[in-house]
Amino acid sequence: MSDSNTPVLAVNSLSKSFGNLEVLKNISLQARQGEVVSIIGSSGSGKSTFLRCLNFLESPNKGEIRLNGELLKTQLKKNGELAPKDKVQLEKFRSHMGMVFQNFNLWSHMTALDNVIEAQVQVLKRSKKEAHEKSCSLLEKVGVFERKDFFPSQLSGGQQQRVAIARALAMDPDVILFDEPTSALDPELVGEVLKVMRNLAEEGRTMLVVTHEIGFAKEASSSVAFFHQGVIEEQGKPQEVLNNPRSGILKNFLSTIM
Amino acid sequence: MFDFLYGYGPSLLEGGLLTIILSIVSLFIASVLGLITAFMRLSKIRFLEIIGLVYTTVIRGIPELVMMLLIFFGGQVLINKTVQSLGFDVYIDINPFLSGSMTIGLIFGAYMGETFRGAYLAVPVGQIEAARSCGMNNWKLFKRILFPQMTRHALPSFGNNWLVLVKSTALVSVIGLEDVVRKADLAGGSTHKPFNFWIACALIYLLITSVSNRIQKALEERYNIGFQESEA
Repeated sequence: MSDSNTPVLAVNSLSKSFGNLEVLKNISLQARQGEVVSIIGSSGSGKSTFLRCLNFLESPNKGEIRLNGELLKTQLKKNGELAPKDKVQLEKFRSHMGMVFQNFNLWSHMTALDNVIEAQVQVLKRSKKEAHEKSCSLLEKVGVFERKDFFPSQLSGGQQQRVAIARALAMDPDVILFDEPTSALDPELVGEVLKVMRNLAEEGRTMLVVTHEIGFAKEASSSVAFFHQGVIEEQGKPQEVLNNPRSGILKNFLSTIM
Repeated sequence: MFDFLYGYGPSLLEGGLLTIILSIVSLFIASVLGLITAFMRLSKIRFLEIIGLVYTTVIRGIPELVMMLLIFFGGQVLINKTVQSLGFDVYIDINPFLSGSMTIGLIFGAYMGETFRGAYLAVPVGQIEAARSCGMNNWKLFKRILFPQMTRHALPSFGNNWLVLVKSTALVSVIGLEDVVRKADLAGGSTHKPFNFWIACALIYLLITSVSNRIQKALEERYNIGFQESEA
């Protein structure tokens, strides 16, 4: 699609305020092909907001977002927020950026299988048959194929999240955004979801993962970004950042969650 | 059975049929208006929000009979005054079926607006965000995600509005439409057996509403799919 030097996702000085509260201050971040960027930080540090700004579930006030080098065209609204200039371009961007939510957000009126099929047919215009086959193999891959005809309410949290990952994968995204994917799970279900995510990382998927799972961040990611009060306080290889934190804030943070 | 009705049975059924058709047409108008109103009131555009609010407030604050007389007689005067002031020398008669269904549609549009607004607000925002994050446009989001889920929340109140609407159509008899009430009134007058006909009229309404309840139950079951507690 583009040469290997172009990052898959490049964010340039992104800012976001809620009223007078500045949640994100000039954040820049990149993810190259196959990179897994873990975003850590205490709650209120702006990490989830950052992720939600990338596909405009939240409107940033400033900043540039590039996917494979293509700039998302925006315009400034009167209320100081950015709005997409071209809705169709935004929809295209979104379809190339998978998103996995903390609360799974599977469509509750559809079976697991239909959840995975839906956007393939509606957005990518794949044939029912092709979407069906792809969905089955993805559900197989995340280990919930036997439950394909169940509704979300009949699945455990871990199963729901794995279906949600399959739903994101079905779009063949260039990058997948994970917004605290294991935070809503019972402790004994966290492992099965992390395992799927580790496999994706090993496959060379480009991922941005907002997480509290320091073990995952350490072992599966290519870089770790520590958010604190709306800025990236530290960033680098996981061993460096997590084993030898430079700032007192990060030391503190790591000691409280480990 | 028809002896009890002195041969007016077919006439009464004809009136019943009109009541049903009028109700369905009115329901259609009310649903469309209701959806528009709901999204106006939910819109972030202040102007639309206010129009929606004024509409619901005014309509819900005025008795249905007054509204109907206002539209049927007032509307007639208004249209003819306007036409004549434009220099046309014609007199336009408002079709009572049209103005009846418009009035009832207009009134129940306001109630449906509240029903749909509540139903929309009952859909968890995560359901909508998931659709957006997949790149669905507004229409697909509405058709595939919002509508099925809103329907589930809207059905009980929608069904209730429908029952009240069916009964409200009785008002059209005052503007000369030959619905089941008017037919019963006429038959009762000419046979001097009003009681027989009002009983028959009540039974016809009861029949319509009972069938409606059955249909509502079936629809509720259908749209509740995926929401029952797990048995697995």
